Amino acid sequence: MLSLLWLIPALPLAGFLLLALCGGRLTRPQIAWVGCGSVGTAAVTTALVATDFFRVFPERESYQQTLWNWIDTSGMTVGISWYLDALSLLMVAVITGIGFLIHLYSAEYMADDDGYARFFAYMNLFVSAMLTLVLADNLLLLYLGWEGVGLCSYLLIGFWYREPEYGAAAQKAFIVTRIGDTAFAVGLFILFTQFKSLSIQQVQSLATESWPVGSDLAIIVAVLFLIGAVGKSAQLPLQVWLPDAMAGPTPVSALIHAATMVTAGVYLIARMHHLFALAPLVQEVIAVLGLATLLLAATSALVQHDIKRVLAYSTMSQIGYMFLALGVGAWSAALFHFLTHSCFKALLFLAAGSVIHSLHHEQDIFKMGGLRRHLPWTFWTFLIGAAAMSGVPLVTSGFYSKDWILWSVWSSPISHRWIWFGALFGAMLTGLYSFRLIFRVFLGEVRTQPTGESGLAMRVPLVVLAFLALTVGFLEMPHTLGNVTVFSQYLSHALPTTEVLPGIDESSEVREQLAVTVAALLGIGLAALLFLPGSMVASRWTDQSTDHSSMTLVQAGWGFDRLYDRLFVRPWFSLTRHSGDMLDRGYEWLAVCVESCHGWMSHTQTGHVRWYAATIAVGTLMLLGLFAL
Amino acid sequence: MLSTPALVLAMMLFGLGLIGLLSRRNVLYMLLSLEIMLNAAALAFIAGGARWGQVDGEIMFLFILTLAAAEVSVALGIVLQLSYRFRTLDADAFCEMKG
Amino acid sequence: MEVLFYITAAVTFLATLRVITHVHAVHALLYLVVALIALSLIFYLLGAEFAAALEIIIYGGAIMVLFIFVVMLLGPLAVEQERTWLTPSAWIGPSILALVLLGEVGYLIAAGDHTALTVGEPRQKAVSIALFGPYIIGVELASMLLLPGLIGAYHLGRRLSKEAR
Repeated sequence: MLSLLWLIPALPLAGFLLLALCGGRLTRPQIAWVGCGSVGTAAVTTALVATDFFRVFPERESYQQTLWNWIDTSGMTVGISWYLDALSLLMVAVITGIGFLIHLYSAEYMADDDGYARFFAYMNLFVSAMLTLVLADNLLLLYLGWEGVGLCSYLLIGFWYREPEYGAAAQKAFIVTRIGDTAFAVGLFILFTQFKSLSIQQVQSLATESWPVGSDLAIIVAVLFLIGAVGKSAQLPLQVWLPDAMAGPTPVSALIHAATMVTAGVYLIARMHHLFALAPLVQEVIAVLGLATLLLAATSALVQHDIKRVLAYSTMSQIGYMFLALGVGAWSAALFHFLTHSCFKALLFLAAGSVIHSLHHEQDIFKMGGLRRHLPWTFWTFLIGAAAMSGVPLVTSGFYSKDWILWSVWSSPISHRWIWFGALFGAMLTGLYSFRLIFRVFLGEVRTQPTGESGLAMRVPLVVLAFLALTVGFLEMPHTLGNVTVFSQYLSHALPTTEVLPGIDESSEVREQLAVTVAALLGIGLAALLFLPGSMVASRWTDQSTDHSSMTLVQAGWGFDRLYDRLFVRPWFSLTRHSGDMLDRGYEWLAVCVESCHGWMSHTQTGHVRWYAATIAVGTLMLLGLFAL
Repeated sequence: MLSTPALVLAMMLFGLGLIGLLSRRNVLYMLLSLEIMLNAAALAFIAGGARWGQVDGEIMFLFILTLAAAEVSVALGIVLQLSYRFRTLDADAFCEMKG
Repeated sequence: MEVLFYITAAVTFLATLRVITHVHAVHALLYLVVALIALSLIFYLLGAEFAAALEIIIYGGAIMVLFIFVVMLLGPLAVEQERTWLTPSAWIGPSILALVLLGEVGYLIAAGDHTALTVGEPRQKAVSIALFGPYIIGVELASMLLLPGLIGAYHLGRRLSKEAR
């Protein structure tokens, strides 16, 4: 069954081709069947491959499958070859599994849209590109998937292309991530010139052999890869595209945030962990970047009006946690948070989509309220998602993953105390903004009348994801609480285990866990105090939040858009506008020269064949004369 | 060895062909002159091959033969077209494409 | 041998000269045929028997026949030539030159100098091996040249026949 591996990325690709080539001739149910079916069969194939993988490789080493040679020139051989190990299997399982649920949900959510076939075609291509990315055996194939993901995000964010601002948002996402992609490509070139190979495993073992820890080249390549990862994963300083990416349909946001795209950066760093281990300095930068992003995004999420923008900033914040974990060397913890985050973030987005759907595409949370009674399914699933995101202790998956990360930050030898405190503060903020949404949207009086609960195809994914958001966390529990290590055992062959500072005992772990618990509950309590309808503070805050100038700054994601506009966009425009004239004159002069030369030369174009023959003969004679001399 | 006089002959034939190409105005004669020039080149290749005792000269002759066949088939088609459209074969009459 | 070569060379030169100076297309073509036959004799004397044979078969045969067909097709010119078709000046020159060539071949056979005629090592084998060995790319290119030639000739001829109707 392992040989079926190639089918996993091929099935969504086939779905894309089918929908793209003859989507216009299919009926809507057929389109939905093709769109969901391709990803669903990919998920089933993943399950088959996974069982076989566990049977054949009890130690979970790795399985390689080469389909054919893609590029074969002297000195460079790149194959279409897949690499399956515990890490990529985890990614594939999440992408196909959650991707399938999102597709199922979209089948109903997008039912009234004109571009039904186009939507599913793009979604399938998106999933296929992401699967290529995570299954690639060499960096070039990975880059193909990387770019494919970027292309599909562009297509899907600008899905409603008739709105100019949506198109602008799509372009922004494309251009900003392109900055990271370019850096990533340069890193690839450097690796290739050094090692004459692009195979991920080969490059990393060669790098470990030939580069000492902290060598210049290792740091340069690691930084370039980090810029690529930062661009895709929307971390500081390339995070500006993600909030605007909410222009796309809600299932697209769910797909981008939960299963594909933004997790690509996390995957890249985890995949290249040998390389990053050679550059401890860069690892520290990753940790600090993650912390800065998670705090920045959490504060921004606190003051947004748009329900989807709150979730977008929350994604940035949670990915910040993953980067933080990667930075302190807690590879498995980062991947665990990725797993739980995929479940609860997909759940939150789909539930938010359900809310938006029933409110006729109203996204402003200040115009929502009291939906608890009207949308019970959505309310309870959203509540579970928010609880998981804020890390409500013991019962939600978010608690276990976030606790693991914070514990790793606390105990890691390459971390600092203040990073831990920052991350703890972030955990408090997470609870605050998550439950702000709950209280605003689902409690209080009804402001916009909803149309009612959505259908079965939208409810089933919500329930499944809610179940996952609650239970996935039990795969890994700390020593103090049951000591389950299924997940870290599973990844132990693909990723190095986390180092622990000497002299850290269980009592400090208990204290640390208590701190995390208190932070999450404090955040929720604060949210209840501030935003629960009827509380004193809430009435004061309700409508004034936009008036403060400091508030608008935070609302705009700490003004990064304006900063980049001042720093890059405007200088560039003014450069082209003013001093462009001088350059233009140079080119005009060149054009005049060419034109006059052409006028002069065109006299030789007499139209007489014999004249041409004579000129050829004269030219030949002159050449011969040159040789004779 | 006859190679040197053969090369001289090739040169003379090429010159004659060139003169014909440049001096005749009839397209048909220009084509004939082209054939002469091609043959002169072929003779030079054969002479070179004979001089060095290698087969490459003959292979080049084969290629020239192929080239001439392709060239003649297209060129004669063009000649027929020209005579049909312009009612003349005067090469200087076809100068509509001057710059 | 050398004398034969020089005589043949003279025939070639004279015939070629008449090709480019003659006023009648058919006469010029006759001279060209003579020049080609003389050239093939030179190829033979240089030891390239296969090239000599091809020169006569393809050049002197196929390509020249093509020329003559086209001259026939050029209607008005052909009528004009009809009048001077059978005057001695039309055939006497080529005939003399051809006779000279005939005499040469006769001499070659009669003189019994069979070394010139005997074929030692069959060169053709080496030519073929080289052609489909190191020169295979040239063969491919030649085939790619012939295909556009075919299409071009077909296209040009087709448009002519359609518009003529």
